Amino acid sequence: MSATGAGRPLLEVTDLKKYFPIRRGVFSRISGWVRAVDGVSLRIAPGETLALVGESGSGKTTTGRCILRLLEPTSGRVVFDGTDLLSLPARAMRRMRRQIQVVFQDPYGSLNPRMRVGTIVREPFDIHRIGANRRERDEMVAALLRRVGLDPGMRDRYPHEFSGGQRQRIGVARALALRPRLIVADEPVSSLDVSVQAQVINLFIDLQEEFRIAYLFIAHDLAVVERIADRVAVMYLGQIVEVAARGEIFRNPLHPYTRALLQAIPIPDPARARERQVLRGDPPSPAQPPPGCRFHTRCPSAVEACPRIEPPLLEVTPGHWVACHLHPGPEVGR
Amino acid sequence: MPRILEVTDLSTHFTTPEGEVRAVDRVSFHVDEGQTLGLVGESGCGKSVLALSLLRLVPPPGRIVSGRIVYKGGDLMALPERGIRRVRGREIALIFQEPSTALNPVFTVGYQIAEGLIVHKMMKKKEALREAARLMEVVRIPDPGRRVRDYPHQMSGGMRQRVMIAMALACRPSLLVADEPTTALDVTIQAEILDLLRNLKRDFRLSLILISHNLGVIAETADRIAVMYAGRIVEEAGTNDLFARPKHPYTAGLIRSIPRLGDAGPEGGDRKKRLAAIEGTVPDLLRLPPGCAFQPRCPDVMRECREHVPGLRPLGDSSDTVACFKHHDPEGRPR
Ligand SMILES: Nc1ncnc2c1ncn2[C@@H]1O[C@H](COP(=O)(O)OP(=O)(O)OP(=O)(O)O)[C@@H](O)[C@H]1O
Ligand SMILES: Nc1ncnc2c1ncn2[C@@H]1O[C@H](COP(=O)(O)OP(=O)(O)OP(=O)(O)O)[C@@H](O)[C@H]1O
Ligand SMILES: [Mg+2]
Ligand SMILES: [Mg+2]
Repeated sequence: MSATGAGRPLLEVTDLKKYFPIRRGVFSRISGWVRAVDGVSLRIAPGETLALVGESGSGKTTTGRCILRLLEPTSGRVVFDGTDLLSLPARAMRRMRRQIQVVFQDPYGSLNPRMRVGTIVREPFDIHRIGANRRERDEMVAALLRRVGLDPGMRDRYPHEFSGGQRQRIGVARALALRPRLIVADEPVSSLDVSVQAQVINLFIDLQEEFRIAYLFIAHDLAVVERIADRVAVMYLGQIVEVAARGEIFRNPLHPYTRALLQAIPIPDPARARERQVLRGDPPSPAQPPPGCRFHTRCPSAVEACPRIEPPLLEVTPGHWVACHLHPGPEVGR
Repeated sequence: MPRILEVTDLSTHFTTPEGEVRAVDRVSFHVDEGQTLGLVGESGCGKSVLALSLLRLVPPPGRIVSGRIVYKGGDLMALPERGIRRVRGREIALIFQEPSTALNPVFTVGYQIAEGLIVHKMMKKKEALREAARLMEVVRIPDPGRRVRDYPHQMSGGMRQRVMIAMALACRPSLLVADEPTTALDVTIQAEILDLLRNLKRDFRLSLILISHNLGVIAETADRIAVMYAGRIVEEAGTNDLFARPKHPYTAGLIRSIPRLGDAGPEGGDRKKRLAAIEGTVPDLLRLPPGCAFQPRCPDVMRECREHVPGLRPLGDSSDTVACFKHHDPEGRPR
């Protein structure tokens, strides 16, 4: 598994932007823009997991939806396996969707409540006319349900008859149906009970091993991310402020925001409780991001340049990128 | 240490068309003065209903069917309605789980903090508003002199939660019950609120019941922990003991199943490290299995677990308790 994203990437996103208009008044004139995603670049290698983390409103979901073209980006490039997705006509994009699937956060809202679970999971086969006949497709559905740990005997039930964890498994089974090469998973375990969350994380880990699927795994729980990610990208106010391999980001976080995020995680172990620097203040609005470095208003180590100059994302050691004036370039001899 | 609160055999049920929901089922625990009790459990296990029960605020069709709630030596269950109303806010304050529903959108946050002072402490409005601004400073809301005039929707989630805490503190209660005070917040804001709560507890000499489904939040804040499962407390112990030597298989499973930083496998290893999951799902309170509610998921299940409900019993001569036949036989004798 590639830890650095070297080699030909499966997904390559370059300078992605998504601005939402803010409309005011009787004529709904545009009075400003929410810069939800503001220049995001990332790559994912085949079979790799890139975790995208950051606070609420930092633009994680919007990034995921732009990659899937569930939202049209304002600008930027999204290249999947050599094909530029943003210039694809609708029909070609539909074919492409076989290879890029999505699992949503909310296992309650994301399944059609009037459809039986077997039909929900079979639908991708029906749409893409896979399998010789209905019986063959039903057998494929049974195999999928079994694979995600559900009894195929439950296929005639409706989503409300399942628990949250089971519903999330149904969502995963459906996403797996077409053997995608990339799954965008948007907070897939956040709404689950603690004791059930572990089952679903394990399922993601096992399926990746079995099918070599790449994940863009959106999450805010860094302890979960440490389990599943090969690399981690940290977002703040629409931008990526740090990217590095899993071990590197947890051992040697460079951006003050990444450090604050890591320190803020409560440790479920009283023997390991520790000192932490508590960040003061709330994240600013993405409609009016602060000038210079967007984090400077909350940064404990801000220097004179921070409110004036926007720091570029630079590779400071191989594979470790950070956008911070305290880390202005390649660190030699470290 | 003197006990500020001692709850014995408290049960709160909801009568619904589908049947009787035992949201809180024969729950016993205590809080020592100046201490923090953490109440942890998964969604729907009865934490919020328990919190509301302590102040006799359970909405119909729910009602407290039995139990004693002894606060500073007196039983709250025996108080007339007027008496319990004097306890609310002034003695025991509750921070509700949903700040958006607990704050009134049409009043300024300053007024909402001041309201308790005007009603309970007979303060003049102007004086109460000044005190509200001071409380907002205590809970670290920047520029409180200006923000007293803000409406709830003008504030972020973290700020609203601070307003809720200021409201709870206004009448100087002795016991604060905080129901998931940080669940809706980002980790960085959560860390700040928990830090604030710990400081306030010291400065205001509060005792605290902190409710959360997040064992990490509980581990860092609580002196003792009570673990709930399906309406019952299954184990109560000091924080260090509970983590080092969990007695109930559910507690042990819960502690093992949470991912924690630093425990993942080596980087670039062939396998990512799976978690030790508890198989199965949390039961529906209307369809509880026979015997112990955890029995269908329990790795240590025995025959008596399917036949009898284990009571919450002391362990040795400590004040720790556990409800599990591994530790007591069905007659309640230690094993
Ligand atoms: N359709 C929309 N119209 C206007 N603004 C939007 C829209 N969708 C998202 N936004 C704004 O864009 C920003 C980024 O939102 P996004 O949902 O991508 O964040 P996120 O990182 O996924 O947050 P969360 O952790 O809360 O899910 C937010 O400020 C949000 O309010
Ligand atoms: N008005 C009601 N009618 C019927 N049942 C109810 C009512 N209110 C609560 N319950 C039931 O009581 C049980 C306990 O609910 P409670 O809100 O205390 O759970 P909780 O532990 O606080 O969960 P969460 O972590 O999701 O906040 C639930 O199973 C719920 O279905
Ligand atoms: Mg999101
Ligand atoms: Mg609750």
